[in-house]
Amino acid sequence: MTATANLDQPSADRAGTGDTPLLEVRDLVVHHGQLLALDSISLRVFPGEVYAMIGANGAGKSTLLRTIAGLHQPTTGSILLDGSDVTTLRPERRARQGIVLVPEGRRLFESLTVEENLQVGASYARQGPWTIERVYELFDWMRGRRHQRAAQLSGGEQQTVAIGRALVANPRALLLDELSLGLAPVVVQRLYGALPQILATGVTVLLVEQDVSQALRVASRLQCLLEGRTTLEGRPADVTAEQVEAAYFGLAGAAVSQPGEGSESSWPG
Amino acid sequence: MAWVNAIIQGVLTGGLYALFACGLSLMFGVMKVVNLAHGDLAVIGGYIAVFVITAIHVPVLWSFVIVVPVMALIGYGLQRTLIQGALERGVLTTLIVTLGLSLVIENALLQFFTANSRGIGAGMTLVTGSFTIGSIQLAYLLVTIFVVAVVVLLGLQYFLSRSKYGRLIRATADDREAVQLAGADYRHVFGIAAALAIGTVALGGIAYGMYSVLDPTAGTDTILLFAFAAVVIGGLGSLWGTLLGGVVLGVAQQIGAQINISDEVLAGFIVFLAVLVLRPQGLTSRRTQS
Amino acid sequence: MSLVAEPATRPAADFRVTRSRRSVAWTGAGALVVVVLLALFPYIVYSGTTTILVQAFIVLTLASMWNLLAGYAGLVSVGQQAFVGLGAYFVLILALHGASPFTALPIAAIACGVAAVPLWWLVSRLRSGYFAIATWVLAATIMLFIERFSSIGGGTGLPLPGLSGLGPTLLAAYTYWAALAVTVVALLAVYLLLRSRLGLVLTAIRDDEVAARSSGARVGLARMLVFVVAGIGCGAAGAILAISQLQVQPSAVFDVQWTAEMAFATIIGGLGTIEGPIIGTAVYMLLQQTLASYNAWYLIILGLVAIVVALFARRGLWGLVDSRLSFRLFPVGYWLRNPVGPAGLAAPLTPADGGN
Repeated sequence: MTATANLDQPSADRAGTGDTPLLEVRDLVVHHGQLLALDSISLRVFPGEVYAMIGANGAGKSTLLRTIAGLHQPTTGSILLDGSDVTTLRPERRARQGIVLVPEGRRLFESLTVEENLQVGASYARQGPWTIERVYELFDWMRGRRHQRAAQLSGGEQQTVAIGRALVANPRALLLDELSLGLAPVVVQRLYGALPQILATGVTVLLVEQDVSQALRVASRLQCLLEGRTTLEGRPADVTAEQVEAAYFGLAGAAVSQPGEGSESSWPG
Repeated sequence: MAWVNAIIQGVLTGGLYALFACGLSLMFGVMKVVNLAHGDLAVIGGYIAVFVITAIHVPVLWSFVIVVPVMALIGYGLQRTLIQGALERGVLTTLIVTLGLSLVIENALLQFFTANSRGIGAGMTLVTGSFTIGSIQLAYLLVTIFVVAVVVLLGLQYFLSRSKYGRLIRATADDREAVQLAGADYRHVFGIAAALAIGTVALGGIAYGMYSVLDPTAGTDTILLFAFAAVVIGGLGSLWGTLLGGVVLGVAQQIGAQINISDEVLAGFIVFLAVLVLRPQGLTSRRTQS
Repeated sequence: MSLVAEPATRPAADFRVTRSRRSVAWTGAGALVVVVLLALFPYIVYSGTTTILVQAFIVLTLASMWNLLAGYAGLVSVGQQAFVGLGAYFVLILALHGASPFTALPIAAIACGVAAVPLWWLVSRLRSGYFAIATWVLAATIMLFIERFSSIGGGTGLPLPGLSGLGPTLLAAYTYWAALAVTVVALLAVYLLLRSRLGLVLTAIRDDEVAARSSGARVGLARMLVFVVAGIGCGAAGAILAISQLQVQPSAVFDVQWTAEMAFATIIGGLGTIEGPIIGTAVYMLLQQTLASYNAWYLIILGLVAIVVALFARRGLWGLVDSRLSFRLFPVGYWLRNPVGPAGLAAPLTPADGGN
């Protein structure tokens, strides 16, 4: 009674280099103090994919991204970038190697201008196609406002600058945390509308979304978290709305477990 | 006329106080660190200057070429070791560690160099001479120090606004986690800020050694509190605010001295306290409470 | 990870909430013995020793006050020397008007408490870093203000009158007993304070200020009371200082070094425990006595030790002992004791005073 894709088989969604995932998380266990936030989470993101993590508030999605980015240390488990273990690397080292997080709540440098925010993002940039100029081409309103202080922008504009700040570092894995939070739907549409151009430059995306329909629209594969555990994994085409709803809310009869999950603690427990 | 003279003297002294204060403003603004050893580090800078002048015969006016880089390195080292460790453990630990550092520095200076005071450049025309405009007598030294302070502030301003590390320092002050996400090690950025702070305060120490005399306790007796006064009065977060704060402090002191010669320092502290109580964010800050 | 499956089957009345694992009467008796012994010292030791002990008592009183401020009320003051100086000067002023310094002592202490109120008003809204600097500036300002008055000695100070009638041995003894009395009262006051409801409020503030506020605790009032009490304590210590020095000099009594000494003694001994300042003072006196001939060295070592302790042994020396022994000389927390003992429902819980 599972609705998972068989991860061992290559799918048409995965562009690029075959079987090596760009980003892999193995049995990640994360605590906040004594509270268990993530209970043995695993995932694999292949180059060129858009992998979405969905789930209700507090499910652990942002904790997952923050742990992958290095801002939080897991209790056990490992994180691999292109096969090499980065679990013990400090966050700035991971960023320099290509794991770049656009954090929840934008977190722009408020006393800096738009352009200075981008310049900081490019401080330790890898080689690649993204430059500040290219970000201005992608988001054309930005060029004219680039000397404005970041604090004076609207929420949607700030989110765009935050994405731009991450892009100029030329990430390999771009982590997007709750892009849609606090923004009007039309703004969110515009943000996600830029995704294809970002993907076209070879960036892989792992995103976290509370808005399930938005996630289903853009993702090549997705995983649903509930109270720190995986309740669903697969391709949008392979899962029904009922399955997603059940996994999101943890209703009885929900699809539980996926290949690799061995722990047998019963839900909601 | 004596009042005009007093005000002008006060303004010029503000330059010296700005030199004391700009490093403190940087460290407090960027790292939220109250470095109680700030003044003592200035005194060390002054003592090193005395050493290179007397032992290696470096010309007085070039002593800073050696002192400032050495103190900047010391600042970086202190930050990466002691102060970073204290930062991570909270405000109380930072105060204790920097207070301990202050105690150690002062008593080490006392132990190895005795309590005798030392001056720098005594006898030089720059230090003793002055020129007159109308009936105002302007000391060469004070004018020079003021000019140096302005130059230093301009340099710091330029560095902070135009250079990569300047931007990183400002960004880290805003959000040190987000700066890590951009690939920067914020501890290194803090170190650079501390290097700037201690390098400039060492310059202030040399200036103080010329303007007055250096002794082991000058750091806490005079320099630290005047530096804080300038920062608080001027307003945190603004380098030019420290110059304004220094000027206000200097003017307050000179006006106090006009009223009663021994009330010079007291007048300055009263203004300091008034600002702390009535407008703690300082004169230039736009925020309501820091 | 299962929760407790069944409700407790034992009636709640069987559980007792006690103040300590052992009866506090033993500690009280022990303390009384120590105090009586100390009180006999002038009869059994040379006055050189009692003079050193007077110094120790001053530091202990100061450290207990700083501990109260920083360890329990979260107020890191670098300006307590203001009260040390004020205490000394109140004694001087009263003595200049004919009072005996020993009679003046309690009055001076109370006066410092009164002075603490407007001073608190000046600094209370400031947060940590600003608060610390403000207290230092206040102390410096008070000193400069006092130095304006030549009637009390101006910048150079005055000898303390009113004690010339006593012979040196008697004077030393009286000074010693006064210092002992001040210290005992100070420690007792801190102990009782922390056991009172105010103490509960303070512990709540220390653990989580926002929660404390929202549960109705009068945080501001609690902090002010602590500030006033610390003012009284430091003032009393300053009064003893004046008596033991037989003179009052502004640069000596208002020296920021007093704050450094009381802060470091507290930190080294252990912040947030009553026993900590006692241990810290012992370490301080040890350093001072063994290194006294080396001039400034004991202060250098003191500073270094304080730095090391603050960075690596945050709970101080007493904290290192305490975590191994679960032992408190001065119990101010609570234990939950169940009638069955270790074989029963649950082992005795850890002390509910912040677990520090």
